[in-house]
Amino acid sequence: MILMGRSRMSEAVSALDGLVWDQGIARIEEVGPQGMITLRGDLGSGTIKDLATGVTSVDMPGQSEANCVADRGICWMSPDELLILCSYEDVAMNLQRIQKGLGDAHALAVDVSEARATFRISGDHVREVLAKLVPVDLSTEAFKDGMFRRTRMAQVPAAFWMCNDHMVQIVCFRSHAQYVFDLLKTAAAPGSEVNLL
Amino acid sequence: MSNRLTTGGRLLDRARQMTFSFNGVRMKGYAGDTLASALLANDQMLVGRSFKYHRPRGIVASGAEEPNALMNMGSAARFEPNQRATTTVLFEGLKAESQNHWPSLEYDVGAINSALSKFLPAGFYYKMFIHPRPLWKHVYEPFIRQSAGLGKAPQQPDADTYEHFYAFCDVLIVGGGVAGLQAAHVAGKAGAKVLLLEQAAHWGGRAPVDGGELDGASPQAFVDRMVAELSGMPNVTMRLHCMGAGVYDHGYVLGYEQLDQAVRGAPRHRLWRIRAAEVITATGAIERPLSFAGNDVPGVMLASAVRDYLINYGVCSADRTVVVTNNDDAYRTAIALKNAGLSVPAIIDARVLPGDSALMAEAKEMGIRVLMGQAVAKVLGSKRVRGIEVCAQAGEGAVLEQIRCECVAMSGGWSPVVHLWSHCGGKLVWNKDYALFQPDLENPPTGADGLPFVTAVGCAAGPITGTDFEGLSLFDTLRGAVEATISVCERQGIRLRDMPKVPTVVEYDEEPLHPIWLMPQGAGPKLRQKTWLDYQNDVKVSDVQLAAQEGFESVEHAKRYTTLGMATDQGKLSNINGLAVLAKALKEDIPQVGTTTFRPPYTPISMGAIGGEARGEVFQPIRRTPMHGWHEKNGAEWEPVGHWRRPYAFRQNGENTHDAVMREVRNTRANVGLLDASTLGKLIVRGPDAGKFLDMMYTNMMSTLKPGKCRYGLMCSENGFLMDDGVVARISDDTWLCHTTTGGAERIHQHMEEWLQTEWWDWRVYVANVTEQYAQIAVVGPKAREVLQRLGGMDVSNEALGFMEWADGTLGGFECRVYRISFSGELSYEIAVRAGQGQAFWDALMQVGADLGIMPYGTEALHIMRAEKGFIMIGDETDGTVIPQDLGLHWAISKKKDDFIGKRGQERSHMTDPDRWQLVGLATLDGSVLPDGAYAVGSGTNANGQRVTQGRVTSTYHSPTLGCGIAMGLVHKGPDRMGEVLSFPGTDGAIYKAKIVSPVFYDPDGAKQNV
Repeated sequence: MILMGRSRMSEAVSALDGLVWDQGIARIEEVGPQGMITLRGDLGSGTIKDLATGVTSVDMPGQSEANCVADRGICWMSPDELLILCSYEDVAMNLQRIQKGLGDAHALAVDVSEARATFRISGDHVREVLAKLVPVDLSTEAFKDGMFRRTRMAQVPAAFWMCNDHMVQIVCFRSHAQYVFDLLKTAAAPGSEVNLL
Repeated sequence: MSNRLTTGGRLLDRARQMTFSFNGVRMKGYAGDTLASALLANDQMLVGRSFKYHRPRGIVASGAEEPNALMNMGSAARFEPNQRATTTVLFEGLKAESQNHWPSLEYDVGAINSALSKFLPAGFYYKMFIHPRPLWKHVYEPFIRQSAGLGKAPQQPDADTYEHFYAFCDVLIVGGGVAGLQAAHVAGKAGAKVLLLEQAAHWGGRAPVDGGELDGASPQAFVDRMVAELSGMPNVTMRLHCMGAGVYDHGYVLGYEQLDQAVRGAPRHRLWRIRAAEVITATGAIERPLSFAGNDVPGVMLASAVRDYLINYGVCSADRTVVVTNNDDAYRTAIALKNAGLSVPAIIDARVLPGDSALMAEAKEMGIRVLMGQAVAKVLGSKRVRGIEVCAQAGEGAVLEQIRCECVAMSGGWSPVVHLWSHCGGKLVWNKDYALFQPDLENPPTGADGLPFVTAVGCAAGPITGTDFEGLSLFDTLRGAVEATISVCERQGIRLRDMPKVPTVVEYDEEPLHPIWLMPQGAGPKLRQKTWLDYQNDVKVSDVQLAAQEGFESVEHAKRYTTLGMATDQGKLSNINGLAVLAKALKEDIPQVGTTTFRPPYTPISMGAIGGEARGEVFQPIRRTPMHGWHEKNGAEWEPVGHWRRPYAFRQNGENTHDAVMREVRNTRANVGLLDASTLGKLIVRGPDAGKFLDMMYTNMMSTLKPGKCRYGLMCSENGFLMDDGVVARISDDTWLCHTTTGGAERIHQHMEEWLQTEWWDWRVYVANVTEQYAQIAVVGPKAREVLQRLGGMDVSNEALGFMEWADGTLGGFECRVYRISFSGELSYEIAVRAGQGQAFWDALMQVGADLGIMPYGTEALHIMRAEKGFIMIGDETDGTVIPQDLGLHWAISKKKDDFIGKRGQERSHMTDPDRWQLVGLATLDGSVLPDGAYAVGSGTNANGQRVTQGRVTSTYHSPTLGCGIAMGLVHKGPDRMGEVLSFPGTDGAIYKAKIVSPVFYDPDGAKQNV
C-alpha cells in the first residue's frame, strides 16, 4: 500500500493557490482554503438556528445579510439556505456536528468548501471595481456592512459582502476562479477610477 | 474664408496650442476646441462627401446633430470611422481623414453621381436592379456594396479597453444646460440622490451663448454658481462627456461616457448602466435647417452653430454672413457677428411681421439690413458659398438681387430633443404655433406602477405656456425645470424643505416664428431638386414628393423608400422638414403624418463600450477542472463543452490528433486510461420524499435502488423528449446522488428546483449542486483494478465492489468515493476526491500506473468507446425531438410507476407511431467512416418535392478496436430491417453504403466490464 495522499490530506489546495495581483486600483487576492457548508432547511426552526450559530459563534443574519468574523460566519443564501463559513480544518467536525444535531429534522447539510473559490479585494476603490461587474447598488448608503448579495458578476454567478469599507469578499464557483480573477484585474486596471463610490 | 479671431472663444485655452492633422495636412488648434471648430479655424470648410451623390459637404452644426463632418479617426488599432467632428474634443496629435471620396476630398470621381442625380431619384436602386433576378446577387449587389458605406472598416483589433459601470439614483437628469442644472439643484436640495449627465465638455448648454440675464447676472455666472453649489452636494453626482444614450423599461438608462485618453491605462469609454427611479430629460432643442436650393453647399450652416463657433471658439465662419430665418432667434447670430466686427450684409426673414420685434429692432439699429418676406432662391457656389440669390418667399423664385457672402446662417426654428422621452413610449403632440413636436404630458412613458418615469424639462419639454410665444424662453425653461422637478420629487416621496425659487430673468420678448417648409414657397422642380433635406443620405425635397406621389403615404414607408433620416445622424436635422414636405405632398396635416420612431442610442455608441470588459481573456468564462493545468501542459487539445474546456485528446510526441485518439482508445482497451470526469454534474437529493421525487424526475424507478448501488437513469421533458442521462447512486435511506451530463448540471439542478418550488412545494426534498466539490477521475481498462490495488486502502475487488456499486474509502491515502460504473464497456471505476486533491490524486494514479501503460484519454476516445458499446450520447443521439423509445431504451422506462415527467407525452399518438425512426448501428460496406449527420435516402420525392429520406447518422467514428468505421443512426423501422443496406449521399458527392446492424459493436455480452 502506497500512502501518497496521506501527507497531502491536510494540505488543501485552493483553486488559484493564493494568487495575488496588486498593480491596479485595488488589490486582488485569492483567499486560501475556506471552509463552507451549505445548510438547507427551515431557517425559522430553532434547531437550524442553534446549529448555525453554534458552530460559527455568530448571530443569525437577516434576509440578504451575512454575519462574518474572520473566517467564521453565516450568510443568508435564500429563504431556505444558509452558507456556513468556518476554518477549512473544522469543516468535517462541524458538518458532523450539524448532521448529528439535525437528527430526524428534514434538512440538508453538505460540504462545499472545495466547490468554491474566495477572493478578497481591498483598497479605496473596491466598491467601484465591483460596481463595474455586478448589477448592484454599491454606494455606501445602499450596500452596508453586514449585507450579502448573491448576484451575477459579469457572466458568472457570485456572492459577496463587505468585510469593511475597504475590503470586499467574493465567493464564486471553483471552475470560474481564473475567470473571476482576470475579471477583477480588468475592472481594477490602473487609471480606471470612476471616482464616484 | 473661415478663420480664428484674435480674441474671444470662451471655451478655449489659448495658452495650450495643439497640433492635429486632417487628410495628412498639419493644422493647429487650442485646448478646448472641438475638431470641427479647429477645422473651421484652419479654413477647412469642405469636410466630406455625401453618401449617394458625393456632394461636397461642410460643417453645418456644432453638436451631436451634425450630419456632414464625419471622420475616419486615428489609425491602425485605434482607427474608427464615422466620428463626429463637432463632438470630438481636440487632442494633441489627433489624426482625422474625411470619408466617402476617391481619389481625394477635393476631386472626387463619385461626384459624377451628382451630375446624374436626375436619374438617381428615390427608389432608383429598388426599381433598377430588381430584374433580372440573378444579376442582383452576382453583379449589382457586389458593386453597390463596394460603393456603399461612409467610413472604412477598421483593419485591426481595437487596442483600447472599455468597461461598464452600474449606477443607481433617485433622479437621473440627462442634459447639463441651465434647465438640467436647475432641475438637479431642486432635486439635490430636496435630498434626492441625483445623477446629472452632460454629453459635452462644459456645463450650461446654449444659455451662455444666447445671452440674457439670470438673477441679475450673466447666464455664465448663473451656470458657475449652480455648478459650484451642486458640486458641494454629496447626494449629487455630475458627469461631463457622458451622454444619456437610451431610456429603457423599468428606469434603465444607458450613459455613454468618453474618458480622458491622457490618463494611462484608462478605459476609452465607459457604459453606465443606470437604474433611476425617475428620469428627467433636459436635452434641449436642435435648430432646423431651411429648405432652399443649394442649402448643402459648404458654408451654409445653422445660425446657432455660426454663433457657437464665434462665441465658444473665437472662430469666424466667414467675413460676410447672410442670415436666413423664419424666427427671431437667428437675429442673435447677426448681432453677435456684428459685435465681433464681422459683416452681415443682410438678414433674410421669410416672415412679414406687423412691427419690429425687439431683436429685429436691435439688429436694425446696428445697421443690419433686414429683408422681410424674402427668401433664398439659390445659393451660389459649389465647394464654398459665394453668395445668394434673393427672391420673395411668396413667389416661385424670381431673383430680386444677388448678395455676395461666404456663409449662410439659416434657422428654420427649433425642435425639442424628444428622443429620450420617446424611447420608452412617451407620445408627442404637434404644437402648431411653434411648428414643433413636443412631449405629450398626457402620455408619458410609464413604469410598472403605471406612473410616469420620464419627465421632460426646459426646451426639451417644448413650450408649456400655451400661446403667448414665450415657450422656449429662458424664463419658461427655468420655471418648467423647477416645477417639473418638484412634481418628480413629490412622486418619489421626497419632501422639499424650502420651495425652490425660479431665478429672475431678463430677456428679449420674441415674436412667433412662421413655419417655412420650402423656400420660396412656390419653388419649381429645378430648385426642389437642389433643396436638401437629409445631407448625409442625400434626400431632397423632390425625393420625398416623389415618394408621396408613388404611394408611400406612411411616414415609415416614405422614410425607408427615400432613406430620409436613416443615416448615422438618424435625421436629427432632416426629420421634421422631411415630414412637413411629405404632409404637404399628401395634403395632410403634419400631426396626421406623424413621426418615425425614435430608437436608442441617441447618437451612435462604440461597439467596444457595449462589449465592456468582455474581450480577450475574459471574453467568455472558461470553466476549469482541478486538473486543467496538467492537461494544458500535457498536450491537451481542447473541446468546449458548455463553458468547460475538456481535453479532446492528448497529443504526444508530434502525433496528429487522429493518431492520438486512436492510441488513447487502444491503450484504454488494452491497458488502462484516465479520464477527467470532473465536469459531470453531481446533484445531492435528500429528504423523506426524495425517492418519490426521483421517480418523477427519471423514467426509471429510483426509489427501489438499494444504498450502495448505482442505476443508469433517463430524464425527459414534460413532452417526453429525452433531455439528460446519468448514473444515480443511492447514498443512504434518504439521500441520492444524481450524475448529469457535463452541460446538464446547472440545467437539471434548475429543473429539479423548479418542480420542487412550483409544483411539489410540499414535498420534503432538498437539492444541492456539489459538482465542483469533487474532482472525478475515471480509471478505465483491464488493468484499472490493479492500479487502484497498488494505491491500496480499500477493497476494489469484484466481490467487494461489484459492477454498478459504489463505496467510500481511501485510495493511496486519499479519501474518496468509488463508483464502479462504465461508459466504455471496460472494467472501470470513477473515483471522486475532494477538488483540491484532484491533481495530487491524478499524479498518484499516473505514477503507480506508469509501468501498466496508464495514459490519459480525452473526450473523443470516450465517445468512440461508448459508440463501440452502442451507448447513446445526449446531444448526439438526441436533439430535443427524440424519445427514449426511439433509442431502444424501453428497459429504462418503468412500467410500474403511475407517473413520471414525460410519461403522458410519450403516450401521444405521434410518439407511439411505429413509423418513428429508431436507433440502429450502421456498418459501411467498405469499412469507411460515414459522414456525420448524413441522411439515408429512399425512393421518390415527398410532398415538398424533396427527396425522401429514411434515416440519419447520429454518431460516426473510426473504431480502432474494430479497424473500421462504426456509426449509429435513427432509421425508419430500423430494428426490423437488420442487414439492409442504406445509401447515404455525402456532401462530397459520394454515396456511402452502410448496412443496418446492432448498435452494440463491441462486447455485446458486457463480459469485459463485469470482471
